[in-house]
Amino acid sequence: MSGFFDIPSDLQHSYLGLIGLHLREALIPVLVGLLVSLPIAQLCVRFRWLYPPVLGVTTVLYAVPSLAFFVFLIDYTGQSETTVMIPLAVYSLVVLVPAIVDGVRSVPPETLAAATAMGLGAVRRYFQVQLPIAVPAIIAGLRVATVSSISLVSIGMLIGNQGALGNLLNDANIYHRPELAVNAVLTMAALAILADAALVLVRRVLTPWMPRKGAAR
Amino acid sequence: MIRIDSVTKRYPDGTVAVDRLSLEIPDRSITVLVGPSGCGKTTTLRMINRMVEPSEGSILLDGVDIQAQPVNTLRRSMGYVIQNAGLFQHRTIIDNIATVPRLLGWSKERSRARAAELMERVGLDSSLARRYPYQLSGGQQQRVGVARALAADPPVLLMDEPFSAVDPVVRKGLQDELLRIQEELGKTIVFVTHDIDEAIKLGTMVAVMRTGGKLAQFAPPAELLSAPADDFVEDFLGTDRGIRRLSFFPSGALKLESGPVVPVDADAKKLAARGSADVPYLLVTDLDGKPLGWGAPQDLTAGEIAVGQLLPYGRPFVHGKDSLRAALDGAVLSPTGWSVGVDGTGRVVGVVSQAVIAEAIRNAHAEGRTDDEAKAVR
Repeated sequence: MSGFFDIPSDLQHSYLGLIGLHLREALIPVLVGLLVSLPIAQLCVRFRWLYPPVLGVTTVLYAVPSLAFFVFLIDYTGQSETTVMIPLAVYSLVVLVPAIVDGVRSVPPETLAAATAMGLGAVRRYFQVQLPIAVPAIIAGLRVATVSSISLVSIGMLIGNQGALGNLLNDANIYHRPELAVNAVLTMAALAILADAALVLVRRVLTPWMPRKGAAR
Repeated sequence: MIRIDSVTKRYPDGTVAVDRLSLEIPDRSITVLVGPSGCGKTTTLRMINRMVEPSEGSILLDGVDIQAQPVNTLRRSMGYVIQNAGLFQHRTIIDNIATVPRLLGWSKERSRARAAELMERVGLDSSLARRYPYQLSGGQQQRVGVARALAADPPVLLMDEPFSAVDPVVRKGLQDELLRIQEELGKTIVFVTHDIDEAIKLGTMVAVMRTGGKLAQFAPPAELLSAPADDFVEDFLGTDRGIRRLSFFPSGALKLESGPVVPVDADAKKLAARGSADVPYLLVTDLDGKPLGWGAPQDLTAGEIAVGQLLPYGRPFVHGKDSLRAALDGAVLSPTGWSVGVDGTGRVVGVVSQAVIAEAIRNAHAEGRTDDEAKAVR
């Protein structure tokens, strides 16, 4: 009997296994994207002229179809998860770099001046003042990047079933089991919603200093 | 002492923000830099803690060039208060105040204990310690800014328009608080403002700067008011500088008359006796000695004084504490032309006429009374 959660054996994973794989393939690129974006964004804040060209480059990279990336990368990283994750990490930059730059720039000039005047050097200023104050903007960027990454992972199906839940779409086609496609879409949507909610929670925890909506001063 | 020695700040585009400025800022007093926007006052202030580096000239702190020590060491030895407070919005009030002690390597407990002490000193309730800046009013935030600047007990305090963004009532409170704190702590304060009244109120010395970063006059406030160096300073001081200068003359020298003062329950004999003095009006007080209003002797009937019909007495001045300006103001406000002097509790000490006040003003001018005693009067 072909049940909703009966995963064809060619995928070599249980339903939960696919979910774990999917999350890994979706979230690691966002994390890597964040680690790459932080220094890039800081350079853009430091050297204003750098920001427009960097934005241009990330946008162009975002416009490169993932298939093209795969064709290029397959020579180096083969039909692997890494091949799927590299483009996803690159795509996340288009959201994360501007989010961090805007966040860091949102630090009021008098706050920055006060920090400088109190004798915080550039490094302390960045880690103790600019970055913490940029957290809400960074997490807003992470939410978009994460949700889009979760949906984009499925394209990995094209290179030897590296698309985690996305592979179900292919199997639905081969085995004439449309319920697998429904399963894939619903599960990915649920993952996206849960990941988004988790990030909202993280922001709440990290920013007790933000005015709550509707709360009186 | 901070000595600014022929300092010029020229920006790459050729703009001169400060032009060969020389100033000697005395220790343990408030020196105010005042002037219109673009006069270079903030730039000057920021050169003292090297947030702006001068193009020419030097700044000496106790005889040593400020370039001689690492910049962050210098900055940690100078408190800095900025407009809108510039608090760290992501840190609690107590941690904001503890910033510099922490930078100096104090333990967390010691820093927080010190911060708590300062909250009290600047008049902040200890219940605010764990709040975040957004939960405080503008005035409270500014107090936190002052406490934060004082946290490591720096000898020098730099204040850049600290009270400009709060409403006038709160501003007056903060100014009074600063004077009180300064009396206790005796810091060397450099204070930047565009508000000449604030400069006159707070400054021991006032440096008036003009557009282009030139010093127009450097003098104690009373001297500024009595002898502005040129038209620019005179214009900047605004109208009624003569009246404002009276703020520097104490009212203690005024001789008050207690004759024309009667309690509201005065009998006919007393009324007649007081009325016979060569004064056209009597000041009626309540049974506690507080003023109620003026009445002509012939209109006052013993036992039936109608309080509602009395003439207003303006605003009483506290004899010996308020200035001649307050005394004159009271006299001008009342249709009788007499001013009411009270003690610290608001009870009438005596009354004084415009003529007597005018004489006191003439005497004060003659004596040039603008000494420290007069200063305390404000």
